[in-house]
Amino acid sequence: MIGNLDAKIPDGPLADKWTRHKDHSRLINPNNRRKFDIIIVGTGLAGGSAAATLGELGYRVKCFCYQDSPRRAHSIAAQGGINAAKNYQNDGDSVYRLFYDTIKGGDFRSREANVYRLAEVSVNIIDQCVAQGVPFAREYSGYLANRSFGGAQVSRTFYARGQTGQQLLLGCYSALCRQIAAGTVQMFPQTEMLDLVVLDGHAKGIVTRDLKTGKIDMYSGDAVVLATGGYGNVFYLSTNARGCNATAIHRAYKRGALFANPCFTQIHPTCIPQSGDYQSKLTLMSESLRNDGRVWVPKRKEDCAKAPNEIPESARDYYLERKYPSFGNLAPRDISSRAAKEVCDEGRGVGPGGRGVYLDFADAIKRLGQETIAERYGNLFEVYEKITGENAYEVPMRIYPAVHYTMGGLWVDYNLMSNVPGLFVIGEANFSDHGANRLGASALMQGLAVGYFVLPYTLPNYLAPQIGKRPETDHAAFKDAEREVRAKIDKLLLTSGDCSLDSIHRELGALLWDKCGMARNAAGLRETLGKIPALREKFWREVRVPGKGEDFNQSLERAGRVADFLEFAELMTTDALERDESCGAHFREEHQTPDGEALRNDDDFASVFAWEFQGNGQIEKPKLHREPLHFETVHLTQRSYK
Amino acid sequence: MNFKLKVWRQQDRQSPGKLIAYEARDISPNASFLEMLDVVNEQLTLRGESPIAFDSDCREGICGTCSLTVNGEAHGKDHPGAVCELYMRKFRDGETITIEPFRVGSFPIVKDLVVDRSALDRIVQAGGFISARAGSAPEANSILVPKHESDIAMEAAACIGCGACAAACPNASAMLFTSAKVSHLAHLPQGNPERESRVIKMVERMDAEGFGNCTNTYECEAVCPAEISASFIAKLNREYARAKFRRSVEE
Ligand SMILES: Cc1cc2nc3c(=O)[nH]c(=O)nc-3n(C[C@H](O)[C@H](O)[C@H](O)COP(=O)(O)OP(=O)(O)OC[C@H]3O[C@@H](n4cnc5c(N)ncnc54)[C@H](O)[C@@H]3O)c2cc1C
Ligand code: SF4
Ligand code: FES
Repeated sequence: MIGNLDAKIPDGPLADKWTRHKDHSRLINPNNRRKFDIIIVGTGLAGGSAAATLGELGYRVKCFCYQDSPRRAHSIAAQGGINAAKNYQNDGDSVYRLFYDTIKGGDFRSREANVYRLAEVSVNIIDQCVAQGVPFAREYSGYLANRSFGGAQVSRTFYARGQTGQQLLLGCYSALCRQIAAGTVQMFPQTEMLDLVVLDGHAKGIVTRDLKTGKIDMYSGDAVVLATGGYGNVFYLSTNARGCNATAIHRAYKRGALFANPCFTQIHPTCIPQSGDYQSKLTLMSESLRNDGRVWVPKRKEDCAKAPNEIPESARDYYLERKYPSFGNLAPRDISSRAAKEVCDEGRGVGPGGRGVYLDFADAIKRLGQETIAERYGNLFEVYEKITGENAYEVPMRIYPAVHYTMGGLWVDYNLMSNVPGLFVIGEANFSDHGANRLGASALMQGLAVGYFVLPYTLPNYLAPQIGKRPETDHAAFKDAEREVRAKIDKLLLTSGDCSLDSIHRELGALLWDKCGMARNAAGLRETLGKIPALREKFWREVRVPGKGEDFNQSLERAGRVADFLEFAELMTTDALERDESCGAHFREEHQTPDGEALRNDDDFASVFAWEFQGNGQIEKPKLHREPLHFETVHLTQRSYK
Repeated sequence: MNFKLKVWRQQDRQSPGKLIAYEARDISPNASFLEMLDVVNEQLTLRGESPIAFDSDCREGICGTCSLTVNGEAHGKDHPGAVCELYMRKFRDGETITIEPFRVGSFPIVKDLVVDRSALDRIVQAGGFISARAGSAPEANSILVPKHESDIAMEAAACIGCGACAAACPNASAMLFTSAKVSHLAHLPQGNPERESRVIKMVERMDAEGFGNCTNTYECEAVCPAEISASFIAKLNREYARAKFRRSVEE
């Protein structure tokens, strides 16, 4: 059983921890590296950079993704930028400040040591990306350009037009391609991990399904790295790609890995509002737009139906500027999202269903000219026009919050290893760096930091004594896992009711969005916990999954993911109920300051909630483990962006 | 809105395929083309018929997964944009819409509208990278890149790897795709040391994968969702000639 959670944070002053840890970490000599098989699931910034780097170091890497090419991982969609403490603008930035902003932005629910390391290696990421040929924006002088991003008062964000994630991922993909060509990385695209194999308590392999043929396979490795991204799609509608899922981390959870802070979900303030039921996803309008756009709604409900240009300046409420004068439109995401919900709840929202606020560029266009605005955000304006049919140079954009990022994920220690030895979890799939709220442009930073510069140092600590311990896939543990995977697929294919997959997933999403979204309360969460099992039963009773298992079968793929979401949703809701405080994106209505801000309870909740799966077969209440958070360097304060 | 669809159905690579007629009813003009197909698939499934296989992921034009030929045009008519960015308001009510996969010999059909584009990955694996070992990179601002050059590199780097260029090309050529990667790296000083070997290896791989030659019809540029300019093909040809020349001089 799991004893005390040891985060294995190195001793010494905060600023020296990582260097000292590296100095005392184990090394594996080059000749021995090729004796280790490393399984990496995921080719986003985290998995892709890890696979490329470990391959380059001489390990034998097997890398998996569900898309038809590693280049299509969801990281490709990130728009705004990546943070790094380069202080190229001479505006007072430093490693400490990036660290502090991230800790504060996360509302003091992340580990100091992890976050400090992230800020520290951030500078190397930019060097590495430039060397790879990532075409970051530049000034006329040829030097790199920066911009500021939500939650920060310095300009530390590097960007490549509105396609930063694409360019970083393509850099990483090209490094991966180089290793594939060199034979150090074996790539398995369109291959979905369906289970983790744990043998004598160690993660030693995975069970996969080839999505093109339906073939079930087993792979053994000396360590397994999950880099499978976030689980925002549990809400059905989110800004994530359609295929994003919780399957890999949920199965690992069911095999004993602890799941940390599952209720911490980031709702992004600037997305295009939903227009109808058929909608399959929501589209993000990069937060960088808030640098130049001003957010407002009419002061009076009666004006909401009017065209925005007919509403005079004096009748507009620039509510972010009013409530948060020092950060204004750049207030952090959780705060901006909640503020939007609040004004819409008051009946002052605009657009279909009154669920929208304006993001207005008129002033910026007047000040800087349309050309400059087009240069900065042109592609975003085009996207907006495609989707809504409206021209945002002329009428203000309408935006509304949407599920965007999941801070929760599998629990990992400082080495990024879960409580299951040999199972490493990186990128959005773990919980490690963003606390209860993530600052803009820091997920990309985390993904690359880990893959290029952290895992290569921490993985050998586990691997070194494991030499020669890799099992064959005919071991009973593999056969058992395989049998379970097959049984689940058979069960899914046996269903033949008259309910569609999407309708059940939509129902789950609507329930969570309503009760476990931007604002939560105990009654609503309890009600949800009552409803999820019923929905799960309905799924297994009434859903229809066509086709067969040994085939390219997209319905079956999705059915497996929805089945996992239906279990995972319960864990998320349980966590939201148990965390009886407000912090960051987790806003419990019972706990707010007189002016409606999140009210933390550091005495009782300055800890990570890590959940252990109980029971097999049916879902029992998971067991809670707490990892207390120790703040040695920063002072816990009420977050204020006023 | 209502539409009559004619959709290419094909069980797998070996089986013959054919166009089958379907109806799409009560579709919102604000639905995307893929959302329209979702609705059709939901109905097919509930009727006990097999849903239409088609690829997509990001559904916002950046991942390059979606790959449909709509009424004979790769990605449909709303250029520039991937088919996931095509909205039903662009069609006439009652219109007949023919949907086929990208038809390129080097992209074998997996099922229905889904094709295997791994040939594009192999072109990049042949040399579409800068060999920069993690850990050895110099300070980023020690490499200055004139804004103009960096902007051109970015324009080329914007390729989403969808393969529409090859699908639209009468010769099924992947020149636009290959030229985009070659040009991106050739416009940056970091790309210089491997400049010659890169272009030669990528072009050789492209030929080995069975893609056709470019005869300057510019259909690729017309359908490219990332607005990659066909002038990059000229750049590719120059790079290739330059590399070959240098090689011959060295030999
Ligand atoms: C629209 C959008 C814009 C964003 N913009 C920014 C931004 O500007 N700045 C920023 O810092 N962050 C941004 N983010 C967040 C950031 O993009 C993500 O958090 C980050 O890219 C996640 O990277 P990752 O490597 O952890 O996972 P991903 O990139 O999601 O990759 C997951 C990988 O896992 C694979 N996978 C998943 N499940 C399985 C399975 N069961 N079997 C096999 N393979 C599997 C997938 O195929 C994929 O390769 C944005 C996010 C969104 C949605
Ligand atoms: S060049 Fe254009 S059409 Fe061709 S693969 Fe790239 S984005 Fe697609
Ligand atoms: S689905 Fe990603 S580009 Fe169309």
